[in-house]
Order: sequence, then structure tokens, then C-alpha cells
Amino acid sequence: MEVLQRFAAGDLDAFESLFRQHQRDVYRWIVRIVRDPAVAEDLTVETFWRMHRGHAGFHPDANFGAWLRRIATNVALDHLRRRRPYVELPDEIAAEQKPDSAVQEQTRVALRKAFAELPPRLRVVAQLGLVEDETYPEIAEALSITAGAAKTRMFRAIRLLRKKLQRLGVHS
Amino acid sequence: MKEPEKEGMTEAAKNSTEHSEFADIREKLRDALPPVGQLESGAELRRDLWPDMLRRLEQSPVRVPWFDWALLAISGAAAIFFPALIPALAYHL
Repeated sequence: MEVLQRFAAGDLDAFESLFRQHQRDVYRWIVRIVRDPAVAEDLTVETFWRMHRGHAGFHPDANFGAWLRRIATNVALDHLRRRRPYVELPDEIAAEQKPDSAVQEQTRVALRKAFAELPPRLRVVAQLGLVEDETYPEIAEALSITAGAAKTRMFRAIRLLRKKLQRLGVHS
Repeated sequence: MKEPEKEGMTEAAKNSTEHSEFADIREKLRDALPPVGQLESGAELRRDLWPDMLRRLEQSPVRVPWFDWALLAISGAAAIFFPALIPALAYHL
């Protein structure tokens, strides 16, 4: 019996095999959304935990990778919703900025703050599209929405970001 | 589910074109928040998470289906309101 069929039947060995095969991809996807390696590790485990719980609802003929990515995106979004609106980037990632003029650094800080204040469902689209260069169809599939809806969210995210930046005195 | 590759265009170039209408803010954003893949640390998983997963599986509480709780509630109510049923139930157990 194929590994996906065994997983759908509740086989723990099949689950372990899928976990080992996909943990790096899931982590890589989540860290691009949450930008915090330690949190991304926890959320990777949470993703597989939800996947394990939902094994009975998985159809072995369905696209496993897309299903897993949708779960991972939802887990990451839940984390962004739970977190307080503005959190400084973890040192590990923020410290890798290049040294530059004080004005540019001020702009960066304002941008990070404005971006972190975006509603999570808009922020995740802007993060994946503008920062991580994902296409609208890819973002749409991960969020279980249409490509048109992803584009609409992107427009709304940009409009809101511009407003917030204006309020912070940064001209975009 | 990726769109068919446009001829002569790399994936990054295609995506840049797709989001080109926001080029100004995109550039500033990528300066403030560099893509995770460009960072030296954190982009890749540094350890096997299977031991954490096993701990999570072991911690998970045993879930009792709602039907079992309903049966228990009905039996309890029956024992309280119709105590005469208890010897009959005990006889059948």
C-alpha cells in the first residue's frame, strides 16, 4: 500500500515517513511568513500535528503537497493573529541589515513597523508576493482563495501600507 | 500549482514583472525586510524536528467522542431518576 494511503488509514510509520520527507519544505514556507526561525520550528510541528489529526479527511488521490501547504499557511496565519500587532523582528534576522545612513535606517524601521501592523490576511499576501516573489496563483492556492482575491488583498495591503507610512512621515 | 513558464524568463523575473506595479514600495520593503532566502541564518531547518513531533503526539490528550459522553450522561440521568433500573442494568452487565 502506498504511503499516502497508509497515512490516510492512520498508520504512524507512514506519518513519520511523510514528516521526514516534508519537514524542511514546511519549515521553509513558514519561516518566510513569520520570519522567526524558532517560531517557525514550533509551527512546523503544529502543522504536522494538525495534518495527523486530519488524516481521516485526506483523500490519497488529492494533492498532498498543496494540502500540507494550506495547513502550514493557516498555522502561520493563526500565529500572526495571536501575536500582538507590532513586534520587533527577532535579532537573528534583523541584525543582518547593511549599515547605512541614519535616514535610510529610519525609513526601514518605519516600514517594518507599518508592515507588522497590517492585518495578517493582507500582510501574508504582501509578504509572500512582494518580499518572497511568489506568484498570485501560488499565494491563492496556499490561502485557499482565488488569484483575483489574492490580487485584491495585495492592492488593499499596499494602500494601507502607504497610508501608515504617510502617517509615520515616510514618503513611499 | 504554478503558471506555465513564460518563454525566456526566469521565475524571479516573471514574479518581478507580476508585482512591477508596486515596484517602488516593493524595493523599499525588500530593503527593510530582505527575503528569508537571502539571509545567512534561519532560512533552512537546522535540526530534525521528529523528536519534538513525538513529544507532541505523546502529550495529546485522548479524545473521547461526543457520543460516548452522551451515553454516559443518559446512563447517569437514568440512574438518578429511575433508581429501580440499577439492579436490572447490573443483572444484564
